[in-house]
Parts: sequence; C-alpha cells; structure tokens
Amino acid sequence: MIGYLLSFMILWSVAYSVWAGTSAEVSNSVITSGAEAVELVLTLAGSMAVWGGIMKIAERSGLTQALTKLMQPVLKLIFRGLKKDSEALRAIAMNLSADLMGLGNAATPLGIEAMRALEREESPGERATPNMIKLAVMNSCSAEIIPATVAALRAEAGSASPMEILPCVLLVSFASLAVALLVAEVLNIGAKR
Amino acid sequence: MRFSVIAVPLIAAFVFGWGLYKKVDILDAFTEGARENLKTALGLLPTLALLMLGVGMFRASGALEALTELLSPVTEVLGFPKECLPLTVLRPVSGSGALAVLKNILAENGPDSFAGRVASVLMGSTETTFYTIAVYFGATRVKKSRHALPAALAGDMTAFLLSSLAVRLFLGFTAR
Repeated sequence: MIGYLLSFMILWSVAYSVWAGTSAEVSNSVITSGAEAVELVLTLAGSMAVWGGIMKIAERSGLTQALTKLMQPVLKLIFRGLKKDSEALRAIAMNLSADLMGLGNAATPLGIEAMRALEREESPGERATPNMIKLAVMNSCSAEIIPATVAALRAEAGSASPMEILPCVLLVSFASLAVALLVAEVLNIGAKR
Repeated sequence: MRFSVIAVPLIAAFVFGWGLYKKVDILDAFTEGARENLKTALGLLPTLALLMLGVGMFRASGALEALTELLSPVTEVLGFPKECLPLTVLRPVSGSGALAVLKNILAENGPDSFAGRVASVLMGSTETTFYTIAVYFGATRVKKSRHALPAALAGDMTAFLLSSLAVRLFLGFTAR
C-alpha cells in the first residue's frame, strides 16, 4: 500500500513540476534524497543505541518485570473476563511495560504473544473479541514515556530544549489512548445488542 | 518545564544505579541493547531511502505546498499549524515516512517554532496505526478485526486535535 501511495506521489510530483516549472528542484531532490535518508538514519541510530543499552540494563536488573507486576491490577479493569492468573494478562502487562519504556522492538513480539494468548483463552473463531480489539487499539496508541527518537531529531535540528515537549507528549498520548479505549468499549457494548 | 529537563537524567541514573545494585553486567547489557537497536536503525534505511525520495520530490515540486494551502481553511479553524498537515496524513500509515516528514518540518520551521513543537508532539504521541492493527491481527486466525481500526483512528484524531492545544497550554506559544 505504501508502495502505491509513493508511486502516486512521485508521478504527481513530476506532473505538477512540469506545470509549475519546478523541474530543476525536483531533479535536485532525486539526487539528494538518498543522502538525506542516510543522514536521518545516522541521527536516529545514535540515540536508539543509547536507549537500547539503558533499557537492556533495566530488563536485566528486573525493573521491567517490576513494572509489569505493578500494572496488572489496572489492566484487569480494562481487559475483563479473563481467568485468574491468565497467561494473556501477564503477556499484555509485559507488552505495555516494553511500550512505556520505549522498547519498540521488544514490545511488538510481546504484543503478538499476548494476542495469541488471548486467542487461546477466548477462542474467538474469525471474529475479534473485545479484549483482542482493546489490545490492538492500545498498541496503536503511543505509550512511550520518553520520546527519545523525536528528541534526537529536535536536538539535531538545533533545538534549545529537545525534551521540552515531554509534558505535551504525555498529556496527548494519555488522552488519545483513553479516547481510543473508550470508543472501543462503547462500540463493544453497541455490538452486543 | 523543570520536570522535562530532569526526567531523562533521573531515569538514566535510576536504571544504572539499580543495575549496579542488582549486580548486572552493565557493559554487557548496555552493548547488547545498543547493538540490537543499531541493527533496527540500519534496517530502516532501505525503506527510508524510498520514502525520502517520494516525500522529497513531492515537496520540491510544490505539490505539497499546494495541498496544504488547499486544506488550510480547515486547519485554521482548529488552530492547527498547516505545516504539520502532511504529518497527520502519513503518521498512521508509515512510521519512517512520518519521520522523514518530521525532519523536514523541523528543518524548515525550526524545532522550537510552533509548527516544530506541534509536529514533535504529534510524532511522539501517536503510532503507526494501520501497521499495528494489521500486524496484531495478522498474527492470529481472526479475519474480522471489527471496530479495532475505527477506535484506533479515533485515538489518532484526538491526538491531532489536542497536540496544538497542548503546545499552547504548556509552552505558551500563540504566534508562529
């Protein structure tokens, strides 16, 4: 899908540039875009490496697991109807802790594991259960506490205070997560009738 | 704003301190985590090269500007900076594409401008919705994801609407 979208954008750009007389600029951007991509990856790689290192220490020292335990009671309010010491709930808690810590690559496999555990425990057939919907919705919202990637890009662009956006990010993340879960909840109730 | 300045160093200090207390091999753990993430970052490059090409051409041709100009009456009512519009379109579809657009917005408007701040908040508080929903349900036998996507997109809409408000609230920036 992204391939189609980009091909369309490129075709449109060329057509538009002929009309607007910006062919020289477009030609230039074709030549420089590869270098820009490398530059962007270099900026990201540094901060990603540092956070990956810090979070691996958190994982090995048991901090991530402690966070997981702390979250279970709250998660029980969102994911209802699961049996006592449910494997799925544990997986969901691990998935969310990884998300909070900004461990994107660890969070996705954990989330998929949680999804499979939910499938085993709720045997939905072909239709998603309310808990599965909530898990997918929760992961499509950002729960990251430290927006490290964005801060790295801001620092590179010469920001006086790359992390100043932190309170805004926390507020907006939380609000959008709350709205998404609420909508899922309301639609669940609507679907039951 | 004090909190945001101190939060990151505090977390780092806490993690390292706790790691020492728990007798974790700090060097080994750190380098392993760093290595994993470096691989991920490098893996982004091929996709990013394509995205930078598409986004770069689109911007250079002036088509992007024409599009945002077309949509600016809507964003003006919402108090949303029109420079950030391309980001709202790309964010739910492609994570690396959104990164490419964010980089451009920061370079053109400055990271501490209103548009730069709103774009940063938007990027930091949302996810690649379509990709996530596809991957999560793709891992199961479920074929009907039902209202997962509408609910997730409602969350994205909330983030779009709130990001400029939050920037005004916390960073007190009304002029562009």
